[in-house]
Amino acid sequence: MNKQEMNEIELIIGKILRIGVIISVAVMIIGLLMLMIEGNGGYSANQFPTSFKAIGQGLLALKPDAVLMLGVFLLILTPVLRVVVSIYAFFKEHDYLYTYITTFVLIILLGAMIAGYWIGR
Amino acid sequence: MITANNLLLMLITGLLAGILGAVLGIGGGMIVTPILTVAMGLDIKYAIGASIIVVIATSSGATISFLKDEMLNLRVAMFLEIATTIGAVSGAALNGVIPKAILYILFGLLVLNSSYTMIKKLLGKTKDATTQAVQGDTLAQKLRLDGSYYDKATKKEVNYQVQNVPGGFLMMLVAGLASGLLGIGSGAFKVIAMDNIMKMPLKPSSATSNLMMGVTAAASATVYFFNGTIVPHIAVPLSVGVVFGAMLGSRIMQHLRPKVIRIIFIPILLYLGLQMILKGFGVNI
Repeated sequence: MNKQEMNEIELIIGKILRIGVIISVAVMIIGLLMLMIEGNGGYSANQFPTSFKAIGQGLLALKPDAVLMLGVFLLILTPVLRVVVSIYAFFKEHDYLYTYITTFVLIILLGAMIAGYWIGR
Repeated sequence: MITANNLLLMLITGLLAGILGAVLGIGGGMIVTPILTVAMGLDIKYAIGASIIVVIATSSGATISFLKDEMLNLRVAMFLEIATTIGAVSGAALNGVIPKAILYILFGLLVLNSSYTMIKKLLGKTKDATTQAVQGDTLAQKLRLDGSYYDKATKKEVNYQVQNVPGGFLMMLVAGLASGLLGIGSGAFKVIAMDNIMKMPLKPSSATSNLMMGVTAAASATVYFFNGTIVPHIAVPLSVGVVFGAMLGSRIMQHLRPKVIRIIFIPILLYLGLQMILKGFGVNI
């Protein structure tokens, strides 16, 4: 694979990553604006939702803290998105060695994130 | 409760941490943590949770423009990511086996030793910007790790070869271990591995470190997210500031001369090394 193809891969990844980052930052800014307008996060002092269920319920009730937590979660997903798109891009360029390498990275990453969910919750 | 003042302070802190992090390829946790703990009196537990998110925000903000400008080396990143993720997972699993004080001192000494190498490089005759005429490394060629980038400061296309792949891989395992065990040094060790050991130029080393550290941090972020140590009122304004700071920093970095970046990097490394060694002796700065 030559440099030009590599550059195309990087451009595709860059575009998708940009969309991911814009979405997560937009959600966080909306959450901050809601927080400023309402004056509180919608939960009692030092409390905020940390489970999918609590965040989902908070979002339906339009609670600022739930929106903020959604933004944080989306931000955590942006590096995952980067790895997933890289796999696709390497595969499309017939660079199978790096398709395997990047898939392996994704497996370890997802394994660690899922383990983190079980340990943390 | 969050006040407008605190919100502004965190946005600005984030902005500065993002700029510096993107320029140097470091996570910015060591900048954010003292401000949160010392200036705002936040529990260290929550400061660590916020740092993890700051690392991801720096990485994602910087990577957008580094990818567009072809500054980073995607193959080096993905190949070495095997080492950092395995290191991070083993680090988390080994948590508690080795006393943290000893780890802080060991990693601190490693950082100080690396800053010594960086100083030698700064004073030495080898110029960063020029292409070094070195013989190719067979493993690097097999993995097609060699790359090139356009240096906006010198207005030259720089081709470079990657050396000592096993050494770099080993250092990346250490980088992963450090972040898994202690949650620190997410970017600094990566830059050291690429710049000092694999002899990559400083700019692609920093840009590639930026891409990698987000992936490493994401691997450990879910624990903190679900156990409630990532406080939204702190992490969110910081992250918003960091993302914009990192976008700005990644543009500034490309116009800086590598020597200037190294001059900023060395005191930061010395500070990080000292911070870690002092922590080993129970002193938090």
